Amino acid sequence: MTPLLSVQGVTKHYGARLGCGNVNFDLWPGEVMGIVGESGSGKSTLLSCLSGQLAPDAGKVVFDTRAEGPRDVLTMSEPERRMLARTDWAFVHQNARDGLRMGVSAGGNVGERLMAVGARNYADIRAQAIDWLGRVEITEDRVDDRPRAFSGGMQQRLQIARNLVTGPRLVFMDEPTGGLDVSVQARLLDLLRGLVREMGLSAVIVTHDLAVVRLLADRLMVMKGGHVVETGLTDQVLDDPQHGYTQLLVSSVLQV
Amino acid sequence: MIRISDVSKSFVLHNQGSAVIPVMEGASLSVAPGECVALVGNSGAGKSTLMRMIYGNYLAGAGLIMVGDVDVARAEPREILTLRREVLGYVSQFLRVVPRVPTLEVVAEPVLAAGGSAEAGEARARELLARLNIPERLWSLSPTTFSGGEQQRVNIARGFAHGFPALLLDEPTASLDATNRAVVLELIAEAKARGAAIIGIFHDAEAREAVCDREIDVSGFTPARAA
Amino acid sequence: MTDQAYNFAYLDEQTKRMIRRALLKALAVPGYQVPFASREMPMPYGWGTGGVQVTAACLTPEDRLKVIDQGADDTTNAVSIRKFFERTAEVETTEHTAEASVIQTRHRIPEQPLEEGQILVYQVPIPEPLRFLEPRETETRKMHALEEYGLMHVKLYEDIAHNGAISTAYAYPVKVEGRYVMDPSPIPKFDNPKLENAAIQLFGAGREQRIYALPPHTKVVSLDFEDHPFEASKADHACDLCGCGTSYLDEVITDDAGGRMFVCSDTDFCATRQAQGHRGALSPQEEYA
Repeated sequence: MTPLLSVQGVTKHYGARLGCGNVNFDLWPGEVMGIVGESGSGKSTLLSCLSGQLAPDAGKVVFDTRAEGPRDVLTMSEPERRMLARTDWAFVHQNARDGLRMGVSAGGNVGERLMAVGARNYADIRAQAIDWLGRVEITEDRVDDRPRAFSGGMQQRLQIARNLVTGPRLVFMDEPTGGLDVSVQARLLDLLRGLVREMGLSAVIVTHDLAVVRLLADRLMVMKGGHVVETGLTDQVLDDPQHGYTQLLVSSVLQV
Repeated sequence: MIRISDVSKSFVLHNQGSAVIPVMEGASLSVAPGECVALVGNSGAGKSTLMRMIYGNYLAGAGLIMVGDVDVARAEPREILTLRREVLGYVSQFLRVVPRVPTLEVVAEPVLAAGGSAEAGEARARELLARLNIPERLWSLSPTTFSGGEQQRVNIARGFAHGFPALLLDEPTASLDATNRAVVLELIAEAKARGAAIIGIFHDAEAREAVCDREIDVSGFTPARAA
Repeated sequence: MTDQAYNFAYLDEQTKRMIRRALLKALAVPGYQVPFASREMPMPYGWGTGGVQVTAACLTPEDRLKVIDQGADDTTNAVSIRKFFERTAEVETTEHTAEASVIQTRHRIPEQPLEEGQILVYQVPIPEPLRFLEPRETETRKMHALEEYGLMHVKLYEDIAHNGAISTAYAYPVKVEGRYVMDPSPIPKFDNPKLENAAIQLFGAGREQRIYALPPHTKVVSLDFEDHPFEASKADHACDLCGCGTSYLDEVITDDAGGRMFVCSDTDFCATRQAQGHRGALSPQEEYA
């Protein structure tokens, strides 16, 4: 078996300051990996590097493509990378506004990725959009409403539907539950977990919320100051943290 | 099925002056298929710690922890994940679930994770919940709102849903009434009968007598405290 | 009267040369938006500064110019631009489509089929068809470069979702020679099929500083869905003056009691037909038969 994503020595500097340094890991099909750390720890930089939005100074990000097997995403041509980004990859932004077209109806938002890969039958596109809205618990009668008219939780679910409609294999999520009410968060987590299982998705989730990774992630990577300080099974890292920073992080969580 | 040799473990508290607390040394045991072994010892002797190390929840400092043919002490995370999905079950003392998920799905999940069909999962979940006397009207609700005893029974149902070849039970009969305790002991006996290797912690001596073939006193693995 | 203080056709030769270079590039890559250094013209943006510059760069003293605005030769915009070139280039002008070698148009293609040797110059307000869905120019240029045109269909999808049919009636997006998606300027979609013709078609956007072009007989396909095909629609009526049932019509409100009439938007076409004896429902009564 080949890893779906193999990250080798990814390093990114912002001038003299380190964004992330020498990050290595393999993500296997069906695995969900959480990246945690405080603000400025480099987790978002890393996610941007992995998802092709930012060019790292060094390293490789090898993705197991459907057609040609493992290929370094960073040396791909831009059209290839963009194609990957709208077919096999998905990116769920923290702020739904960054991931949605706010002036386009929910159906159009979901349908865009289909049309981008050549769907030209209105009825089919619409049927698929409605099916996906249903899967993220948005009722059919909202299909023609614009995302502006949606609550924060709905916008986030719409963003997920928009991303998953082309059946991607790898999902990048940047604080997917950030800024949502706790009850809405729970619903979203439940939904994500179900979709990850059903579709056999692999995912990289960046968050600072340890409760989120405990429920969603199989594995955990803890970052501090641009470096990975600890990796392991999620429950092992959270219950038996080895590094001082992780111990601090875990012991700092407020108990409800 | 489960074989542990010379396992040691210490906690390092980096934020408290890097205090090193050795908690286990030279732990060895083995459990054959169809056997149930009880871990005994005083509170704090390291029963739960050892169990958590076997599950991969705590990192072993040194030694060998073989479950089937996987060395948990050295395995890659994904190997441990596969092990947990297919081979090694664990009933913890507390239920930890995603909020909002109905009880029936919580219990059926391990069956699905091990590759079973949704129908098989639901059928198994219904059977176990009924046996453990969880009223059917609660099945469609999330267990997060249940009483402590009910949550514990849901937890047990979940742990027994898939026929794991190896099982770890942490106080499965605690906070249960006599009827339900009997059901749990029955479940353990059935698991043994189908060849599961079981390691359990039972404070309840009667329960221990009923299902366990051997006892291992973990106090023997407690490191001598440096004076 | 002429104004000798101006160079031929107002623009200086260097500027015309720069525009011609852009035009040649645009013709070489049909549908691609070529940036050019648009000049300040003695008219406000939105009045055809792009078209005027392209026309100025194309005109020779032997040319005969026709200028139309929404099909009409006699509206302010058309009259002003015609006068502008009469004065600065001293070229002949005409209202007859067939006689013109250069036609500057705002928002119409003449009804009379264009022929080889003719040049049709469009005034373009917004050259970027993807603009309304993706406001970032850096991004739209990339999308053109990589042929990522799914977004264009999102616009049509939205039309159908909200109105039950593709309600875009003008500036209807087209794909040129299977490559670039292009905004044909705000011509009615009725005119889209006429984009495939024998003339050279040049598009100038002055404010946006873009030129694009269609060489003669370029393949131009209007975007659509399999189950909602493109339709070149027009008012379901015949011209009330010349009786033509196939031309594009303007609706003219004739009083404040709901009275209205439909007339050809192409004034030259309508006048020519009337001169040939065609009559519509509201034509004045003949004085003698």
